[in-house]
Amino acid sequence: MASLELIEVRKAYGAATVLDGVSLSMETREFLAFLGPSGSGKSTLLRVIAGLETADGGEVRLGGRRIDQLPPGDRGVAMVFQHYALYPHMSVRDNMAFGLRNAGVAKGEIGRRVLEAARVLEIEPELDRKPAQLSGGQRQRVAIGRAIVKQPQLFLLDEPLSNLDAALRMRTRVQLAELRNRVDAAFIMVTHDQAEAMTLADRVAVIHDRRIQQVGPPMEIYARPANVWVARFVGSPAMNVAPVELLDGESGRASVRLGDGSQVDTRVPRAGLAGAGPLQIGLRAESVRVTGAGAGTTDARVELVERLGDRTLVYARLSDGQALTGEDRGASRVQAGDIVGLHMEGAAAHLFAPDGSGRHPVESTA
Amino acid sequence: MNALGRRSLLQAAPFIGPFLLLYVGLLIYPLIDGLALSFHRADPFGGRAFAGLENYARLASDPVFGQALGNTFKYAVLVVPVLTAITLALALALNKPGRTASVFRGLFFSSSVLSVTIITLIWRFVLTPDAGLLAEAWEAGGREPVPFLSQPDLALLAVAVATIWWSIGLPMMLFLAGLQQIPEDIFEAAALDRANRWTTFRRITLPSLRRTVVLVVMLQTAAQLQLFGQAQLLTAGGPGGASRPVVLFIYETAFTRWELGYASAIAQVLFVLILAVTLLQFRAGTSRREP
Ligand SMILES: Nc1ncnc2c1ncn2[C@@H]1O[C@H](COP(=O)(O)OP(=O)(O)OP(=O)(O)O)[C@@H](O)[C@H]1O
Ligand SMILES: [Mg+2]
Repeated sequence: MASLELIEVRKAYGAATVLDGVSLSMETREFLAFLGPSGSGKSTLLRVIAGLETADGGEVRLGGRRIDQLPPGDRGVAMVFQHYALYPHMSVRDNMAFGLRNAGVAKGEIGRRVLEAARVLEIEPELDRKPAQLSGGQRQRVAIGRAIVKQPQLFLLDEPLSNLDAALRMRTRVQLAELRNRVDAAFIMVTHDQAEAMTLADRVAVIHDRRIQQVGPPMEIYARPANVWVARFVGSPAMNVAPVELLDGESGRASVRLGDGSQVDTRVPRAGLAGAGPLQIGLRAESVRVTGAGAGTTDARVELVERLGDRTLVYARLSDGQALTGEDRGASRVQAGDIVGLHMEGAAAHLFAPDGSGRHPVESTA
Repeated sequence: MNALGRRSLLQAAPFIGPFLLLYVGLLIYPLIDGLALSFHRADPFGGRAFAGLENYARLASDPVFGQALGNTFKYAVLVVPVLTAITLALALALNKPGRTASVFRGLFFSSSVLSVTIITLIWRFVLTPDAGLLAEAWEAGGREPVPFLSQPDLALLAVAVATIWWSIGLPMMLFLAGLQQIPEDIFEAAALDRANRWTTFRRITLPSLRRTVVLVVMLQTAAQLQLFGQAQLLTAGGPGGASRPVVLFIYETAFTRWELGYASAIAQVLFVLILAVTLLQFRAGTSRREP
């Protein structure tokens, strides 16, 4: 059964449309990440689901029940706010109990749930303290605890890790992973940290330009981006995208020519590409290997070298001015100004149709 | 003090000096002189004879002072809670964006820019039994107009009402500022926690405003214990001293009966009273722990 279902959700602030026809379906117990750049509407979508904003159109369903007309407290969702939003004058215990008291849960049951959550989150010693007396990490766990005790069908987390330092972030990430294994609920986490989305989520929804651009398992989004925008947003450094010309050929695979004349034989099916209009090729930096001049697919002039230790990123420019990022060994001697060869791994190349949609290599059967 | 400290003090002197001079000359000196004066029999024409504690002894058995002191506390008790409640309610209602709310904020604040003379004039128009606003209304309803300003109970009440009307601006602004300080997301968290409006107000808004409530109550109590102008102009303390506050009594003692020493003694007592009450409120307001 589907857990959360969004059907054509729309939201505008005045003349500015923030969400335009967002549809989505989640499995029960699924962990979904909303990934997108700042201002793309991730928080807005989360708040529409929570009922903190009303959608201008569309439906929100949870567990088969339509919830978009219900007040936030009746929707069966719990939210962890980016800045925690703890009640400053209440003890940790009361912070967690407040929602249950309002819902009329029996006293003994409240105490039991609060203690259980505190035990799991290791904040038992803090139960009688006020939020101001807690560290950032402890506050964050209280915020999570406040959500857990409600036993919601769906957890909504708005950038839950963004206010933590690197070490704590890693630890909390693990805790979140454990939490989702333990509770019988679905999770949505907003983030603009790809690593976070990739490691925690079953599926990632990439949000941009008022829409969900693509939903899928992290590796699929990386390997088969739905369009140019997703391809360039996911992965670091951003995927190389360059205009190409489709070459005539008998084989079922598309061969293309870059602006500087070099040819790349891809494994993308040729069908439907011919005559459609201008195409673009997509190549991740790891598929563009730096070689000696003349030894690769083409030659390029190095503009910038980034040494990352285990590998070296080489920002180069082809003879026609097209910028490409390639990868070299960690011990690379390449310097800015050098002429190097670039070997483009055609088998890993993606092609993008004129409308931006991605075409991906098929496994070689030969 | 080391050389550096002495030099920087010297450099600071021209900046601090003028203010310090005024402060000492216009505040500290009169304060001390007032205290000294309270131990004398004195008149404004230079007569001054040491009298020890005579003025204070006289004060203890002066029925007029007793009445004025009682009135002053009545004013504080009538005005402060009502004013606090009204201004908090107004702030809650007007704490929203948009032009309407902003117009009303200005409207409610406007009374506090008026001088006490104008306030009393306005309330005279409203309250006076011959052709006053309320009198007209009463008569239109076919009833005898009520002489608000010449009935003992009503006179004090009338002064209190005028005072509340005059004082709305500042506490309302303080509450609005306090409300703006509360982060929006804890209200959202409360909404997700199924808190209804009353629970949200009781358990979120009010506790978050506690410092502001304490501040407003303290400021207003200190202000109302010094209530003067409205009473003097609206009722002249009458009828029969029924609406006379302590400060009006001081004024009459000093400037119509020319008993400066006695007036000073009353002023000292009032000063200590205000100090004590405010400190008590501060203690009560800051040490109380949330349940
Ligand atoms: N209350 C509001 N009134 C008007 N515009 C708003 C409001 N809230 C958000 N917006 C606009 O909606 C868009 C999406 O905002 P949102 O907060 O959802 O972005 P986000 O993806 O969460 O960004 P970030 O990663 O920075 O948190 C932004 O362009 C923002 O300016
Ligand atoms: Mg956001």
